[in-house]
Amino acid sequence: MVDTIFEKSRPSRRAAAQRIEGEVAHQLIPEPYRRTSPPALPEVSELQAVRHFTNLARRNFSIDTHFYPLGSCTMKYNPRGAHRAAMQDGFLKRHPLTPTSHSQGVLACLFELQEILQNVTGTAQVCLTPMAGAQGELTGALMIKAYHADNNDHERTEIIVPTAAHGTNPATASMAGLVAKEVEVDADGDVDLESLKRVVSAKTAGVMLTNPSTCAVFERRIQAISDIVHDAGGLLYYDGANLNAILGRARPGDMQFDVLHLNLHKTFATPHGGGGPGAGPVGANERLAPYLPTPMVTKSDDGYRWVDESERPKSIGRLSAFMGNVGILLRAYAYSLLLGGNGMCNVSEYATLNANYLMKRLADAGFHPAYPDRRATHEFAISLRQEAKETGVTAMDFAKRLLDYGFHAPTTYFPLLIPECFLIEPTETETKEELDAFADAMIAILREAQQNPELVKQAPHQQSVGRLDEVHAVRHLDVTAH
Amino acid sequence: MPFIPHTHADKDSMLETLGIASTEELFDEIPKNIQCDGLPDVPDGISEMSMLRHMAERAHNDTTGICFLGAGCYDHYIPAAVWDIASRGEFLTAYTPYQAEASQGTLQLVYEFQTMLASLTAMDVANASVYDGASALAEAILMAVRVNRKSKSRRVLVPASTHPFYLATVKSIVTHQGIDVEIVPSVDGVTPISDIDLDEAVAVVLQQPNFFGVLEDADSLTTKAHEAGALMIGVVNPMTLALLKPPGDWGDTGADIVCGDGQPLGIPMASGGPSFGFLCTRMAHVRQLPGRIAGRTQDKDGNDGFVLTLQAREQHIRRAKATSNICTNQGLLVTAATIYMTLLGPQGLVEVASACVRNTHLLVDRLTSHPNVTKHFNTPFFHECVLDFGEPADKLQQKFLKHGILGGHPLTGLIEKGEQSMLVCATEARSEQDIERYYEALENG
Amino acid sequence: MPDFPPDLRYARTHEWVRVEGTRATVGISDYAQTQLGDVVYVELPEIGTHVEFESEIAVVESVKAASDIYAPVTGEIVDTNDELDSAPETVNADPYGDGWFFVVEMSDDELSSDLLTAEAYEVLCQEEGE
Repeated sequence: MVDTIFEKSRPSRRAAAQRIEGEVAHQLIPEPYRRTSPPALPEVSELQAVRHFTNLARRNFSIDTHFYPLGSCTMKYNPRGAHRAAMQDGFLKRHPLTPTSHSQGVLACLFELQEILQNVTGTAQVCLTPMAGAQGELTGALMIKAYHADNNDHERTEIIVPTAAHGTNPATASMAGLVAKEVEVDADGDVDLESLKRVVSAKTAGVMLTNPSTCAVFERRIQAISDIVHDAGGLLYYDGANLNAILGRARPGDMQFDVLHLNLHKTFATPHGGGGPGAGPVGANERLAPYLPTPMVTKSDDGYRWVDESERPKSIGRLSAFMGNVGILLRAYAYSLLLGGNGMCNVSEYATLNANYLMKRLADAGFHPAYPDRRATHEFAISLRQEAKETGVTAMDFAKRLLDYGFHAPTTYFPLLIPECFLIEPTETETKEELDAFADAMIAILREAQQNPELVKQAPHQQSVGRLDEVHAVRHLDVTAH
Repeated sequence: MPFIPHTHADKDSMLETLGIASTEELFDEIPKNIQCDGLPDVPDGISEMSMLRHMAERAHNDTTGICFLGAGCYDHYIPAAVWDIASRGEFLTAYTPYQAEASQGTLQLVYEFQTMLASLTAMDVANASVYDGASALAEAILMAVRVNRKSKSRRVLVPASTHPFYLATVKSIVTHQGIDVEIVPSVDGVTPISDIDLDEAVAVVLQQPNFFGVLEDADSLTTKAHEAGALMIGVVNPMTLALLKPPGDWGDTGADIVCGDGQPLGIPMASGGPSFGFLCTRMAHVRQLPGRIAGRTQDKDGNDGFVLTLQAREQHIRRAKATSNICTNQGLLVTAATIYMTLLGPQGLVEVASACVRNTHLLVDRLTSHPNVTKHFNTPFFHECVLDFGEPADKLQQKFLKHGILGGHPLTGLIEKGEQSMLVCATEARSEQDIERYYEALENG
Repeated sequence: MPDFPPDLRYARTHEWVRVEGTRATVGISDYAQTQLGDVVYVELPEIGTHVEFESEIAVVESVKAASDIYAPVTGEIVDTNDELDSAPETVNADPYGDGWFFVVEMSDDELSSDLLTAEAYEVLCQEEGE
């Protein structure tokens, strides 16, 4: 590691970036409310600050620097044009409580984005305010709960999720005060209909599904699933994590989903920012639309305006202080203008082509796709169980060694039901050359695993640090420098 | 095909490898009757130049003038270096540091962020951020109920002087876990500590300064909460902590959980988001803290490095029993805030906070020199203040806008007799001339 | 090879029980600690808690997993191993000794017939490993 910024600090050293004339205003604060000792912020020069954080940046893999095939995260190119569009003064300096009369620019963008997303998902209405996929999920769960409560159907307390589901699905159910019930996934990666029939009951509030599923295959019996759940009085929630696979080709609304969220930081190419922000707009059919959160944007004769609970009495309410992550919504809007409806159809086409091509190349080289008889979607899973058995080199070791070859690792050990799993999502913005180079690296690492397994088990070798000890981190917890 | 690099030759060769004639075949597992025929209702794509021209017009539309609005989002000056560095591709286009060895930049930065926030709030530990201040308060309440297992109660007290949108968000989120949010009315803009009935409360919330800019008696409420067996949750503006007593020092033993919105730390107002929420707590409660946490550890050769730690709290491991469903955080904004705090240092932050207090007091003095304008509350305030203007605030706001002044937040329905009241704010970015222009707008109506 | 002391009884969920009089000491098996890997935290119940047979009563964490511990007997928690707080690695080092979790004052005289003997439990672990 490089020294922390605190080790570079010297008493009374200052950056020039912000100095304000005038007296310190202690006297305006009554004594009992005053701070008595200053916070331990670093005291460095402006150059030290710039150099420190620039050097930290250089210790990151990112889409801009490396192929980043992190499954289920859609690490596609984040267009700089969309970033620039959102970073204009008029947008950055707009206060969230500015009157509607002076907010027509941003309101127009948000309204049009609502419409685009309605079209893309096949829903009746879209609300943009949820700030990430997980908050979108919570929104959906709360809407389902509110719908049943509205129908005096208070016994519906269970949300069904597949065993392969992302951890946010059951965590969301708990947060909404519902109970997650698991349904089995069959050997082909589809939901097991017999298992579903067993778990569906008069207590079923709804089911949460990702399609393509977290097993990276398209849920072929989606209509049967929809019938079983709807016939039992439950509702269908669509987790939009994998929408990139079917953008412009199949719409969740047409698959009979009642409510859904999108991950704009995935499908709509907004930057992931080292962990966020995201944006998780929620769409709903006519039945569930009245329960969407607020605020939303509407258009009337005298322009665009906000809609709040006073006009939407059934709304589940507010989920953020203002309007969620508007800056991300603007980037997604700019991206959708650049692509257009035609460009969106190309996204799913080439994302799927890239994934199937890479899966074929790896299968031809002797790797084991988790579902060899299925098409890849925008991503695919392979299991390294046999390689681990033969060489002792695990999926984790493969992942770390890939870093040395200049590739970010795919998602590892997810979905949980595939042993020694790699979930690989190349995205549509990668070239064939990049995919070939990745496949070649995997083949080279397999050879290393067979000939010199220790080399792989000790990887990475060429990063700023060697393999880090996560056990030590928890047993000797050190989460602040002071 | 924007951003898709495939040449015809690439496509043909890939199809050949796959042994298929066209990409259509790749979708043969999707039942035909649920496939759609493109997106005819979404307009065709346009060039970057056209898109930027369109977006520039839209952005230009929203130019308002001089901002005296606060109410949870503030017009601070942001040093040039903050976003120059935060927008570097290695920060902007990385994701959650799942592969620690390839993410040391983000992880070390988060560790430094946690250190700065813990120090500002005088708490032991901070997480790597949640969505925003309002959802952070909801998470803080859920956390308090988990921590305070001894209290069998689900009663949480929240003063009416808390930001109304935070209150609304809390209600949307926490009531689903059987938590009973009880609003404590305020008197003359402050929470009447001695009147509060803390019987069987599991936690108490206090925003300092509160929504009206007024300073609350955080010391007394903290001590009283602890005596009653309740946890104390502080909601704070991190910038104000350069001058104000940090929540970790409130009352007998300090607040137990501290949350707030990080927007004042180098984040543009940008219509209120993205910003970030923060959560800090005592080490004893760290396992109930939701969200990601970075920790320092060693690599196999004994060199220091950073990883995400205590992950067994989180949804990807503990699933239905996780502390929260949160996954994505607001990493980019944390990056900007960490650079901002570094550039300011302790003295710079004191200067910013001082200028905010000074300017707001100047503004209040100047505006109340007008015969129609009076202070609504007679209580000490920080950098926001409620003023009564003697005429309907909504109309007045439109009048001010004609003079290029964004005058404040109308409080109709938010306080008693609030129809003529506005919450005003003057940050360090306001000059004496700006304040004078506000006065002229008031006078010239 | 994991160890299966013959004087203990085992739950299918990998807890062991040692009965002395009316008191049952509970921990996790050697096989379970091997499967979990390095234990980093054990969340123990509070003394005085009433537990029912097969109810969730504690959690054991490695860096990659959090596993529920189910009560193998019914009764009241009368002692917990607070040493695990500062030294969770004891669960790996000495699962049947210093790595114990808690003690239950049993309300039933007899152990459930669902609890396995060492031999039967060893067979179960072998099957799981395949």
